[in-house]
Amino acid sequence: MQDYLFYLFALLTLGCGSMIVLSRNPINSAMFLVLAIASMAGLFVLLHAFFLAAVQVLVYAGAVMVLFLFVIMLLDLKVEQRRRMNTLGIIMGFVSVGTIIAVMLHGVVATPVTPVLEVARHDGATEPLGQLLFSHYVLPFEILSVLLLVAMVGVILLSKKELK
Amino acid sequence: MHLPPFISLAAWLPDFGSDGNFAVMSLIKIACLLGVLLTMVAYAVLVERKVSAFIQDRVGPNRVALPLIGSIPVLGPFLTRLGIWQPLADGAKSFLKEDFTPNHVRKLYFWLAPAITLIPSFLTVAVIPFGSNLLGEQMVLADLDVGILYTFGIVSLGVYGIVLAGYASNSKFPFLGGIRSSAQMISYEISMGLSVIPVFMLVGSLNLGQVIAYQADGHWLAFQQPIAFLVFLVAAFAETNRLPFDMPESETELVGGYNTEYSSMKFALFFMGEYANMITSSAMMVTLFWGGWTLPFWGLSAPATTLGGGLLHIGIFLAKVIAFMILFIWVRWMLPRFRYDQLMDLGWRRFLPLTLANLFVTAVWLWLTTTAATGNPLPK
Repeated sequence: MQDYLFYLFALLTLGCGSMIVLSRNPINSAMFLVLAIASMAGLFVLLHAFFLAAVQVLVYAGAVMVLFLFVIMLLDLKVEQRRRMNTLGIIMGFVSVGTIIAVMLHGVVATPVTPVLEVARHDGATEPLGQLLFSHYVLPFEILSVLLLVAMVGVILLSKKELK
Repeated sequence: MHLPPFISLAAWLPDFGSDGNFAVMSLIKIACLLGVLLTMVAYAVLVERKVSAFIQDRVGPNRVALPLIGSIPVLGPFLTRLGIWQPLADGAKSFLKEDFTPNHVRKLYFWLAPAITLIPSFLTVAVIPFGSNLLGEQMVLADLDVGILYTFGIVSLGVYGIVLAGYASNSKFPFLGGIRSSAQMISYEISMGLSVIPVFMLVGSLNLGQVIAYQADGHWLAFQQPIAFLVFLVAAFAETNRLPFDMPESETELVGGYNTEYSSMKFALFFMGEYANMITSSAMMVTLFWGGWTLPFWGLSAPATTLGGGLLHIGIFLAKVIAFMILFIWVRWMLPRFRYDQLMDLGWRRFLPLTLANLFVTAVWLWLTTTAATGNPLPK
């Protein structure tokens, strides 16, 4: 049962992922991205990472993608639909995707198989995750939040036409 | 817990193996829950019409009569005057009307949007504990440890239905309605999400069952976290697109907003979605702030061990939900609509700082009290 569900969600993720790239209408792409995110949440559930699954749906499918849709709907879609693929773009796309896959594969191969983290043993419960985030991983966590803050300030600065 | 066989549902059913039993029990619960929810949706519409009639000094629906029951001497006319059969007539009307699809719409999304609106409001019910025990079964569909995150995740998907309806209709007013709604719902989701964090800091768990256990014996969180409750209440009005925040519909400016191009059953699905959303957010408020199925008197805070006790707990929960439904309806007919900029101002510049301050104060208070009690700043 679990195996079939895994294949179902994996297929859905991959299928929707390719439809994001292939569909001409940006709204369709965005909706396929939502589906891909939702099926990834399904994969997280199968891994017993309920917290990650819930946050994935809450943040990405529920908030980020709604903003994407919002922006796409305000743009002129017809130009985007008529646009032709250019060769350079395709080549660059393949090169960058290939590089990312190579880096990730290298990472997987190079990492020694370590014993399962404490979080994974607790069935994806929220409490051990929080404990780890605020003790062992507190520095990366804080750096990430500063990064997000910088991005936020930057967006406000860029979107304000004139500073008073 | 060992129950006498006659009050345990599991004893009545054939054995399907442990997984099978769980699936059968869940299916039974889902069926009952959906039945109750849909009935409540239908009758919420009736209550809305009756309450609005009362507030505006009218009579309200009082004409629909059933052939046989209508001719029972006193009872028949009384039920007719109450409008008790009106939801049946409304439902039949929705099915029988012409389902008109305008030529200019984007067909696929036009068809999908009403369903996408309705589904999330039904999914949210899965984690809400609507009673303690009945027939040896726990009265919650999924006792998730991340219950509240699940709820917020699903609720945040509800906006797609409205946005897609606006986009698919391919005409000005629905489109404006869709755009307004996406901005409104994202803004208020943030205040809503932040407002409940202090609740979970007090409880120490995201599980809704634990939240109710914490509130047993009348320690209702509405009294401990009044600011959180008020922000949540107002945000719930905004999230369900109800007056005074029904900007996406706003018939005086946008004709009917996102559902202008819809007719027949598709329109009815949007309508049902709105009421189902009201019911689920009422249920959330009852669970988070008003003690769920508990009452502080007569030992009703402890999980029930008898059939009557179980039914009573479900009754208490439903009564609390209905009280909130009436509040929703009452507010709709008493308050005028906000302006759009006032709505955004309230969400971002008032509620967001307020919830953050509430969060901070709760954290400091918890830190001080746990340090005073145990000499250790952490609860454990």
